[in-house]
Amino acid sequence: MALDILFWLLATVSVGAALAVVLLRDVFRAALSLVLCFLVVAGIYITLSADFLAAVQVLIYVGGIAILIVLAIMFTRDIQRGSPANRLRIPAFIMAILCFGVISFALVNTPWQISTLSPTIPTTPALADKLLGKGGFILPVEIAAALLLAVLLGAIALMREK
Amino acid sequence: MSVGLEHYLILSAALFSIGFYGALAKKNAIIILMCIELMINAVNIAMAAFSRYSVPVLLTGQVFIIFIIVVAAAEVAVGLAIIMNIYRSRETTETDKIDLMKW
Repeated sequence: MALDILFWLLATVSVGAALAVVLLRDVFRAALSLVLCFLVVAGIYITLSADFLAAVQVLIYVGGIAILIVLAIMFTRDIQRGSPANRLRIPAFIMAILCFGVISFALVNTPWQISTLSPTIPTTPALADKLLGKGGFILPVEIAAALLLAVLLGAIALMREK
Repeated sequence: MSVGLEHYLILSAALFSIGFYGALAKKNAIIILMCIELMINAVNIAMAAFSRYSVPVLLTGQVFIIFIIVVAAAEVAVGLAIIMNIYRSRETTETDKIDLMKW
């Protein structure tokens, strides 16, 4: 029961923060409400008994990506101009409503298979076993390392003073 | 009615649609990138919900979320580098003024 109340609270706040990202005129306030949305998503992971993912979400999204976005906003001076919508605002709104309608219709009318087993808690040892253990996801982990190295080099090459 | 898989999936669909609207309707490239991050987060919620309710002991969805987060971080780093490079040469981040390759 407490989990239900927590879910509704988190869902309301996350949808409100997401709407604020889209609707606020001020770019900086939009970035701050994006940070709030990331934090609330970490709470949603906790209600889904994914404790490691909640920590990762706070570390990477709130700690890393949010800082990057705020820095980018501060370096570009478009902050005074606000975040105006382009000519496609009304078609985009209709498309988004259609997207939501179609997805929810499909979700509600699909007979999902719900497992009655209780989830693994804590998830960190099980996730480590999945990622690094035998028959796990070790190749994608290595590819992710190569990807991060490539991103590091690419970002440095793009931002270097000519 | 207690909260189940459908609730999480509809929350995920709502967040995805909001991000979709923002990515289509906004002029500022940084706002568009923020909306894309919002959409990625919505997908992650759906993954975590499926992992919790369909395969609660296998944790496959959570492994996928870790890789999605890695790719999202990579995307935002390179994307912001490109946007700031464009800003440095053209003094704007508005997408309808970045028309160098427009035919």
